[in-house]
Amino acid sequence: MVESSGSSLQVSGWFRPKRASQPPARLVGAARGRGMNCRAEVLEVSVEGRQVEEALLAVLHTVLLHRSTGKFHYKKEGTYSIGTVGTQDIDCDFIDFTYVRVSSEELDRALRKVVGEFKDALRNSGGDGLGQMSLEFYQKKKSRWPFSDECIPWEVWTVKVHVVALATEQERQICREKVGEKLCEKVINIVEVMNRHEYLPKMPTQSEVDNVFDTGLRDVQPYLYKISFQITDALGTSVTTTMRRLIKDTLAL
Amino acid sequence: MDTDLSSQDRKDLDKFIKFFALKTVQVIVQARLGEKICTRSSSSPTGSDWFNLAIKDIPEVTHEAKKALAGQLPAVGRSMCVEISLKTSEGDSMELEIWCLEMNEKCDKEIKVSYTVYNRLSLLLKSLLAITRVTPAYRLSRKQGREYVILYRIYFGEVQLNGLGEGFQTVRVGTVGTPVGTITLSCAYRINLAFMSTRQFERTPPIMGIVIDHFVDRPYPSSSPMHPCNYRTTGEDAGVTYPSVEDSQEVCTTSFSTSPPSQCVFTVSKAYFQTPTPVVTDTLRVPMAGLAFSHQLASSRLAYQPAALGVGSAELAHPVVFAAGSSAAHPHQLMVPGKEGGVPLAPSQPAHGTQADHERMATCTPSDGAHYIVTPSSSEDTETVSNSSEGRASPRGILEAVLVRKVGALVNNSVDQVTMTNLDIPFAMFAPKNFELEDNDPMVNPPDSPDTESPLQGSLHSDGSSGGGGGGSSGNTHDDFVMVDFKPAFSKDDILPMDLGTFYREFQNPPQLSSLSIDIGAQSMAEDLDSLPEKLAVHEKNVKEFDAFVETLQ
Repeated sequence: MVESSGSSLQVSGWFRPKRASQPPARLVGAARGRGMNCRAEVLEVSVEGRQVEEALLAVLHTVLLHRSTGKFHYKKEGTYSIGTVGTQDIDCDFIDFTYVRVSSEELDRALRKVVGEFKDALRNSGGDGLGQMSLEFYQKKKSRWPFSDECIPWEVWTVKVHVVALATEQERQICREKVGEKLCEKVINIVEVMNRHEYLPKMPTQSEVDNVFDTGLRDVQPYLYKISFQITDALGTSVTTTMRRLIKDTLAL
Repeated sequence: MDTDLSSQDRKDLDKFIKFFALKTVQVIVQARLGEKICTRSSSSPTGSDWFNLAIKDIPEVTHEAKKALAGQLPAVGRSMCVEISLKTSEGDSMELEIWCLEMNEKCDKEIKVSYTVYNRLSLLLKSLLAITRVTPAYRLSRKQGREYVILYRIYFGEVQLNGLGEGFQTVRVGTVGTPVGTITLSCAYRINLAFMSTRQFERTPPIMGIVIDHFVDRPYPSSSPMHPCNYRTTGEDAGVTYPSVEDSQEVCTTSFSTSPPSQCVFTVSKAYFQTPTPVVTDTLRVPMAGLAFSHQLASSRLAYQPAALGVGSAELAHPVVFAAGSSAAHPHQLMVPGKEGGVPLAPSQPAHGTQADHERMATCTPSDGAHYIVTPSSSEDTETVSNSSEGRASPRGILEAVLVRKVGALVNNSVDQVTMTNLDIPFAMFAPKNFELEDNDPMVNPPDSPDTESPLQGSLHSDGSSGGGGGGSSGNTHDDFVMVDFKPAFSKDDILPMDLGTFYREFQNPPQLSSLSIDIGAQSMAEDLDSLPEKLAVHEKNVKEFDAFVETLQ
């Protein structure tokens, strides 16, 4: 039974113990990894409407740059060789910023698609322009029938987006620069995290490679990832998505 | 048991560190060229891409880095530093960043060299790619061109952060622990750019009244075909060519094993393969004295900054595009791109015309020192910073002042004084004198011109040498038009009373059509206005007729 009271969601019943109200835009239990340490990093940006896409792409691509390798080519005796990853500089149109991404049209298309959906959802939500997008890296763990494979996240990047509306051209110009500087800081933060050399999935054997990497792309091979987003409504709770997720989780147990 | 590093591992590690250092320098310098970098991903391993990243190697930069390292590796107290500085057209310069690759004593004995260290170094390079676009100098370098250029300098030894001004900030790109120490890559950058904000540069008008891109973007229909600056097989050029990195490079064939680490197979085979060194030209090769120009990555003018600091041996800033001369020890030769048909060309155009792809500026410095900056030639980039052309190094210390006579196809009289300048300016003989351009250009004659001994350098700035000094000698020929006998090609005198040449001359300037005659058009407005009252009077007289006509219409 799910009841929602006021500005918080509480789930009571024998599936979950009563929970204190949680800050609205935080990822709930599902993403915490069952019994496994999952790194979670949160980045926040305040941007103008037209900068949303570029800011998100910049962050996502920077993370994926570090989390992609070349294509693996397995040879006999369990050895493999790795392809080459090319990079590309991308200038933002609405922000004074340039970011580096891997040279992969497929990957870029996939990201643009989801970022576009996010932007549309944000625009249509009406609320005060708050939303967040999560990039989750996970590993698949094969389960025996009848249970489906588990997805165990090992790193989650959350970008909280706050959209502001600006009135004058001068403000917009300042915003261009400011957001550019902010993104520079975000990149430095991302690199810092990457540099900690914390847990990374073990390099898989040929049979396991699809449980660790996304081998579907032609030219690069990022770790398995999924992107989801939530729009926060005016009340500060993201009602629809969180509810859906909770129900799914409880039922999937 | 604490096993010491096996000799194979040790060798591998040293090699990794060495190539890591070289790639680091490449990434940093390429990020400051002023243009966007783009390389392709390749799913099949070529074996030549270190750290599984497609990072092009600019031969000059590699050469400089190797020179600075002089066979050593970064160690405690011996760091490899890349200094990025800015130099204005007035000659002021300022250090912007110092990138340091350091090694400290903290060892990580447990780590697997051929596997973990390699992958972490690869990750560190990716981080470096990201961070180089994020420091303030990046935006400055993207806007370089007229008012300032970005220079780089590589040195090995103690890190010197004095030139960065007060309150400089540091950003750490990353660290990688190895069994022999921990590699740290960081950047210290100046934040006190108060007197040099990018805005200021945008607002500053051109240095002189003359636009420096005077010779840029001119269509050269008669020019010889542009030589794309692609890779070509190394020709036998007149001199030492840069050994490309791969000359004696060991190829890293990365073969990883998925079995437990103890069975890690990592083969590094010594394969000598040669990346064809890019050649600027293949036809007329004119070794120019004084290091004419290089079109390396063209793009920005990482110009040569003769170092005045007294740190260690190899500290000459080097232009990625060699704008100025170089030290005697480091000849950067340039080949003037082939000029067929003897038509003089602005060197930059043909040479790298194509490289086109986002090649921005090629700074040409003919030996007499004039700088001609070519503006971007467009387009979409697919490949990057190719180590396109590059300097063919001239034999060290030998000044080859081979002057090529540029004679127009139709010119009978050869002009004796063909100097370097003529090579650069198309139809130079007919161009008005414009030496103020060269003489006043501070880039050409920097106020604080350093005292490098190189004869190449000397000729660049000197007034005395034959081609030098603002092309003084060629100035005279530019004053007047030269009378030439007009001999049309393929014409014979004896066939017709009127030969082709005469015919051509006669009908070259047909008379104007009368309707287009300027007399009619030249009637001034004042006259028109004056004639109006008369016209009005005439019309008034005929008013009754007009009225009647209007009545009939109604």
